[in-house]
Amino acid sequence: MFVAWRDLRFAKGRFALMGAVIVLITLLVGLLSGLTAGLARENVSAITGLPADRVAFAAPPAGQSVSFTNSTVTEEQWTGWARRPGVTAAAPLGIRTLNAVAGERTAAVSAFGTRPGDGLAPGAVAPGEAVLSGSAAEELDARPGDTVRLGPLEARVSAVAGDASYSHTPVVWTSLDDWQELGQGGTTAGERATVVVLRGDGADWAAGDAAAGTEARTVDGALTAIGSYQAENGSLQLMRGFLFAISALVIGAFFTVWTIQRSGDVAVLKALGASTPYLLRDALGQAVLMLVAGTLLGTGLALGIGALVSGGDVPFVLSPLTVLGPAGVIIVLGAIGSALSIRRITAVDPLTALGSVR
Amino acid sequence: MSLALDAVTLTYPDGDGRLTALDEVSLTVPAGRLTAVVGPSGSGKSSLLAVAATLVAPDRGRVVVAGTDTAGLDAAARAELRRTSIGIVFQQPNLLPSLTAVEQLQVMAHLSGRPPASVRERAMELLDAVGLADRAARRPHQLSGGQRQRVNIARALMNEPALLLVDEPTSALDHERGAAVVALLATLTRDRGTATVLVTHDRAHLSVADTVTTVQDGRLTVAGRA
Ligand SMILES: Nc1ncnc2c1ncn2[C@@H]1O[C@H](COP(=O)(O)OP(=O)(O)OP(=O)(O)O)[C@@H](O)[C@H]1O
Ligand SMILES: [Mg+2]
Repeated sequence: MFVAWRDLRFAKGRFALMGAVIVLITLLVGLLSGLTAGLARENVSAITGLPADRVAFAAPPAGQSVSFTNSTVTEEQWTGWARRPGVTAAAPLGIRTLNAVAGERTAAVSAFGTRPGDGLAPGAVAPGEAVLSGSAAEELDARPGDTVRLGPLEARVSAVAGDASYSHTPVVWTSLDDWQELGQGGTTAGERATVVVLRGDGADWAAGDAAAGTEARTVDGALTAIGSYQAENGSLQLMRGFLFAISALVIGAFFTVWTIQRSGDVAVLKALGASTPYLLRDALGQAVLMLVAGTLLGTGLALGIGALVSGGDVPFVLSPLTVLGPAGVIIVLGAIGSALSIRRITAVDPLTALGSVR
Repeated sequence: MSLALDAVTLTYPDGDGRLTALDEVSLTVPAGRLTAVVGPSGSGKSSLLAVAATLVAPDRGRVVVAGTDTAGLDAAARAELRRTSIGIVFQQPNLLPSLTAVEQLQVMAHLSGRPPASVRERAMELLDAVGLADRAARRPHQLSGGQRQRVNIARALMNEPALLLVDEPTSALDHERGAAVVALLATLTRDRGTATVLVTHDRAHLSVADTVTTVQDGRLTVAGRA
């Protein structure tokens, strides 16, 4: 690093410019990652928070994949699951998004209907009562003891607990019986729910599916059944992917130009007896140094901005995965990009250092 | 013998055929002696230095540097030989723009891995020998042409080479500075016991040489004063 370190300081301006680009890209990727995770949490936290090994949907018609909106399971199906060997719990869960009204306030919420005693809700649910998630209570300005109206249903708020959110709406927990009265327009809903939440130990899920006419998914697999999640997450991940690719390309381009610029110096060093591995190490060390410095700074900024916004209305998750993950990826991709450009050091002929051609 | 060339032939690709730059050249330079090489432009002087510096392998013939036959050495071994046994003084000073004068010398020690603690002292001593001790902290753009050329020479001596190869060191200098640089080379050759090959255009410099060799169309004629 004898020469590389001095080059860094000597060509400060150029490296600072490139470093600034890395800082900004890292910042952008960091914020995007936090936002992606934040949006995902608003979309799926109610599902990922379920005490479930599998989530069973009604088997979709041939050619379609399962979705929460199109799934309806019957009592026969969940009692069937409950009798399967190895299945320790089979709890029906009803999900419906609707408007809730409390006093003057209205808010779009997701009503999650569950049997009292199944332990899916963060508080005790009972007929005529509702457990509000924190943000539902906030949006409705409701406290325990208040009354909320969910469609045709009036329920007393029994507790405010948890922060479950589904498809960008806060969750209101009701009893399954109450839930079945919601939105069916008065027709007999029968003993129905949306999915069956399963727990089991060594259960044969495929055989259970065949017997009950369902499709059981892992919790992660069930997330793709939330329509908005897949579209949203997919496009955000695509943007992140592009940013990663752009950063690798920009860094590669910078070091290509830089390496060409100093090929005269490289020829001299080779003629003086520098081995090619020495020169490669030197140049790569320089690239990694700049990458690490730029990425650290960008990550620090992303952390700061993330901490500022994550308290407010912006869905933003600050975690090692959302902040340090992208930084690591940028360093690795940047190192690969610069390594590919620095490779041309190998081809520099020390003979060109001799004579007057320079 | 610090340098021995034995019937060395070097050709370059030239259109469909080959151009013969060195034709059966034999030359020996013992330690402590300065051999001047003169000849018209394009006669093969730089090619001779390139072969001796192991920067290019000859088509035929033997090149022995400091007792090592260079035939069959791979690129890494040739780089090591250049590092340990060969000093090159370039026609253009070829200093690295980001390094100060003393660092231009120190880098030579770094090329071979862990440099000893005394590197800086040795570099300062050499800068002193070329009269630049007070310019040690200057970067190339802060030095005059003649000062740069003297750093170039000091750098070539840093690893105590057995063989010093000098390609037209005075072409970028005025006559007086050129003469001073050549005189310095002659002194260093004797003091440090290097075998020095000095390629020059300027006949005025020949007086300091022990041997004068003329190159003509890739062939040597020794007109020595040895
Ligand atoms: N890399 C090369 N490829 C092809 N031909 C070359 C190459 N280098 C030199 N030559 C040719 O070899 C011959 C000898 O060149 P060389 O550079 O050794 O001459 P020189 O004596 O150093 O000339 P000058 O005094 O102008 O520096 C010339 O005809 C030149 O055109
Ligand atoms: Mg020449």
